[in-house]
Amino acid sequence: MAKVTVVKKACAVNPLKMSQPIGGAFAFLGLRGSMPLLHGSQGCTSFGLTLFVRHFKENVPLQTTAMSEVATVLGGYENVEQAILNIYNKQKPEIIGICSTGVTETKGDDVDGYIKLIREKYPQLAKYPLVYVSTPDFKNAFQDGWEKTVARMIEELVEAPRSGARRDPARVNVLPGCHLTPGDLDELRTIIEDFGLEPSFLPDLAGSLDGHIPDDFSPTTIGGIGLEEIATMGQAAVTIAIGAQMRRAAEAMQAKTGVPFRLFERLCGLAPNDEFIMFLSEVSGRPVPAKYRRQRGQLADAMLDAHFHIGGRKLAIGAEPDLLFDLSSTLQEMGTAVTAAVTTTQSPVLERMPTDEVLIGDLEDLETLAKVRDCDLLITHSHGRQAAERLKIPFYRAGFPMFDRLGAGHQLLVGYRGTRDLVFDIANLIIGDHEENRQPTLETWRHGFDSLKAAEAASH
Amino acid sequence: MSSLSTTIQAVFNEPGCGKNQNKSEADRKKGCTKQLQPGGAAGGCAFDGAKIALQPLTDVAHLVHGPIACEGNSWDNRGAKSSGSNIWRTGFTTDINETDVVFGGEKRLFKSIKEIIEKYDPPAVFVYQTCVPAMIGDDIDAVCKAAREKFGKPVIPINSPGFVGPKNLGNKLAGEAILEHVIGTEEPEYTTPYDINIIGEYNLSGEFWQVKPLLDELGIRILSCISGDGKYKEVASSHRARAAMMVCSKAMINVARKMEERYGIPFFEGSFYGIQDTSDSLREIARLLIERGAPAELMERTEVVIAREEARAWAAIEPYKARLQGKKVLLITGGVKSWSVVAALQEAGLEMVGTSVKKSTKEDKERIKELMGQDAHMIDDMAPREMYKMLKDAKADIMLSGGKSQFVALKAAMPWLDINQERQHPYMGYVGMVKLLKEIDKALYNPIWGQLRRPAPWENPATSWQAKAMAQMEAEAAALAADPVRAEEVRRSKKICSCKSVDLGTIEDAIRAQSLTTVERVREVTNASGGCGACSVRIEDILATEQAVSQPAPQLEAAE
Repeated sequence: MAKVTVVKKACAVNPLKMSQPIGGAFAFLGLRGSMPLLHGSQGCTSFGLTLFVRHFKENVPLQTTAMSEVATVLGGYENVEQAILNIYNKQKPEIIGICSTGVTETKGDDVDGYIKLIREKYPQLAKYPLVYVSTPDFKNAFQDGWEKTVARMIEELVEAPRSGARRDPARVNVLPGCHLTPGDLDELRTIIEDFGLEPSFLPDLAGSLDGHIPDDFSPTTIGGIGLEEIATMGQAAVTIAIGAQMRRAAEAMQAKTGVPFRLFERLCGLAPNDEFIMFLSEVSGRPVPAKYRRQRGQLADAMLDAHFHIGGRKLAIGAEPDLLFDLSSTLQEMGTAVTAAVTTTQSPVLERMPTDEVLIGDLEDLETLAKVRDCDLLITHSHGRQAAERLKIPFYRAGFPMFDRLGAGHQLLVGYRGTRDLVFDIANLIIGDHEENRQPTLETWRHGFDSLKAAEAASH
Repeated sequence: MSSLSTTIQAVFNEPGCGKNQNKSEADRKKGCTKQLQPGGAAGGCAFDGAKIALQPLTDVAHLVHGPIACEGNSWDNRGAKSSGSNIWRTGFTTDINETDVVFGGEKRLFKSIKEIIEKYDPPAVFVYQTCVPAMIGDDIDAVCKAAREKFGKPVIPINSPGFVGPKNLGNKLAGEAILEHVIGTEEPEYTTPYDINIIGEYNLSGEFWQVKPLLDELGIRILSCISGDGKYKEVASSHRARAAMMVCSKAMINVARKMEERYGIPFFEGSFYGIQDTSDSLREIARLLIERGAPAELMERTEVVIAREEARAWAAIEPYKARLQGKKVLLITGGVKSWSVVAALQEAGLEMVGTSVKKSTKEDKERIKELMGQDAHMIDDMAPREMYKMLKDAKADIMLSGGKSQFVALKAAMPWLDINQERQHPYMGYVGMVKLLKEIDKALYNPIWGQLRRPAPWENPATSWQAKAMAQMEAEAAALAADPVRAEEVRRSKKICSCKSVDLGTIEDAIRAQSLTTVERVREVTNASGGCGACSVRIEDILATEQAVSQPAPQLEAAE
């Protein structure tokens, strides 16, 4: 049972957190033919765009209502109208997803009202898919923006089934949290399909941001789930929600369509995947394919080989709540002590973190704790690179953004196979660090028991 | 806010900018930036620009007053390099929350400054204003003043909230802030007749260190670099420099000009990109220093260094000549604003496509300069498919551009090199030019291209995405030909001359109606190319196309 503490500082130093609107825009990137639009000044969009482009190394569609100072003061109706018309005429997306920002929320722009007016004024937009989410920058974090946006998509885009309509027992809805990579989604799709089920992912970043070479140049997203598929998600037998952040969306789905849901808070680690595989077996009525029996064996073996290295490590980890909970738990289950944990926003999983205290804070907090508590493994996103350099401990990059290494979209952390790879990667990182930086010398044990304490910190 | 709008007006009215001086009074008021189009805009905001301009000051704590988006989404993402302190890479933000929005964020800002000074003790704190606190009326000038008095340290307000305009305005507002609050506030420990300022250089990828050793060798001291690898105290005492070089971009022209006005520091606009420009800039620095009292022998020493370095550079380029001879470069960016990169590439045997410039005469130099600026605007509006067609039609071997268009080239299996601000490699000075050629060579001769251009074995080449893209372009062109209304619309909406706002339709009509055959005549009739003149190349193309189309007509007449 962890205590959750909000750090009391006036100044955030080395932010861990990113803003809510780009979390919302991120969700819209998982729809086919989509154009996310931030209602704010152009910098709000360009910073987010740069993050996405550097993380995925892909073109990313993202537009702005380009609010000027005057427009901000007078209200942004005209900018929203013009932006929608321009995008509608030029890029012709299948859907425009709109997120507000701090600027327009401070003024209190009524975007829902604007959209109503725009629909009345332009008949061609009367039924055009426009989904709006309120996501002020000065509240919450990236993960919350995603959470709200997916819930909103369901409310607006999923059709309520006609009464008496039959469900398709093979269809499964999957609502992934924003901590899953396109690589994770591909893996989940394979696993689910291996049970003879047909998954619909909402959103589906695997289709749009997996780095494939598209058939054509497109100014909108190049893949992702289509609107027609979203509309029929009410016909699925069950919804699988991944990460506690997706509870809201799963409940929205249930409320609108009656499709029951099962929430998996984690999909990394041995036990969570046992649970997941057995659930799929139950839903499909099929036995577990030999492939997964084998993969489970591989993971078990990997854990045996790696526990020598991972066991006893003192982990400092900074991540958004669901990723934090998933990775911390998995490593704790391999004998790592979760010694410093920092996150960005509130979540019900934080209390269940396998540690004493979770801070809602920044990377300065994480670095300070890691130093004071002698941590010897650091996990956070790329912004942890400076701290890692100063702390001189092995650094595993996880989460968004990952701009200083390649392959962020393909990092695999779910399933037996993803867990196996994670366990190997971290063990190898530790072995490498030991070889390079912690070789014993003649002097290592010179001071007997006094050396023990020092060696403990150094020789893991 | 009224003082901010006064500053903005003053910045727009920059007398040091030739372009600005050619404008009418009304145009000048509108500022030097395109009106932002909702749903069609790209690029950063004024805050972004201010931060870009000043963040390379390495020992300053840069504190962003605003919600998490402004700093949380953007910190530590610049390629500038520091030879000393790393505090500039630390992300500081007030991360204001809902309560601050309701009750004001000034207290949080003041406390933040206090925390930073207590924990990090930087020589100065720069406070960046953003949109939300500007809207709720947080007075950062007053908070900075109070903090300055309380903590006895420079706390500098940078008033450049995002919504006042785009990035380049932010650059200038940042300049105004240091002119007002920093420059001239301290004295250097000593001065020499060889002290210069470098203005508008950010030391991206550490590229300025490719040039600095030459200045060191000549005994020329960089009193202050604004702002790459700069330090607060250096900027504060930069008013004692003898001369200044404003590095090519106009981002900080206001700083250079006002320092000349206030402190009598003459400046020139120069560049260290390319061999010729580097030599010219070194000479110019020497000349200005000598004018201000440095011994005349400096010029002799400078010439010796130039001769030596040029010889070395050309010798180093020699081995690449055979490999690069005749390779075609598609250059589409305004990023490296220097004609001499083009000149040096041509010297190495590379051919430029997409521009009709062949030699580096003085006129061509001006032309390339303008072209590069204009084309950068063109690219903003260009659909990726069109860009692909351009690559294919131009039959280019490599594309050099900014990061934004990289994926078009790469996905088309086209070698590509980043020459914009996010580039990985330093390309400055003599060594930098050789480095650039080396990178081009590496990209061109990488064995991946052959493999990636081959379709998958199960794929029919006729249905590959490349073929489909081209087919679609042709289909669109055919559809356009069949739909006169739409074709007319397209013709009317395609802007050719940005300065005088003349579209393709107007130019084509004029050419047809009055049988125009020269750019000069088109200019007289339509006003197109009457501004900066950069679009004259495109008008030449239109003339060529029109001529090709109208060729058969006279023949028919002759037959009749």
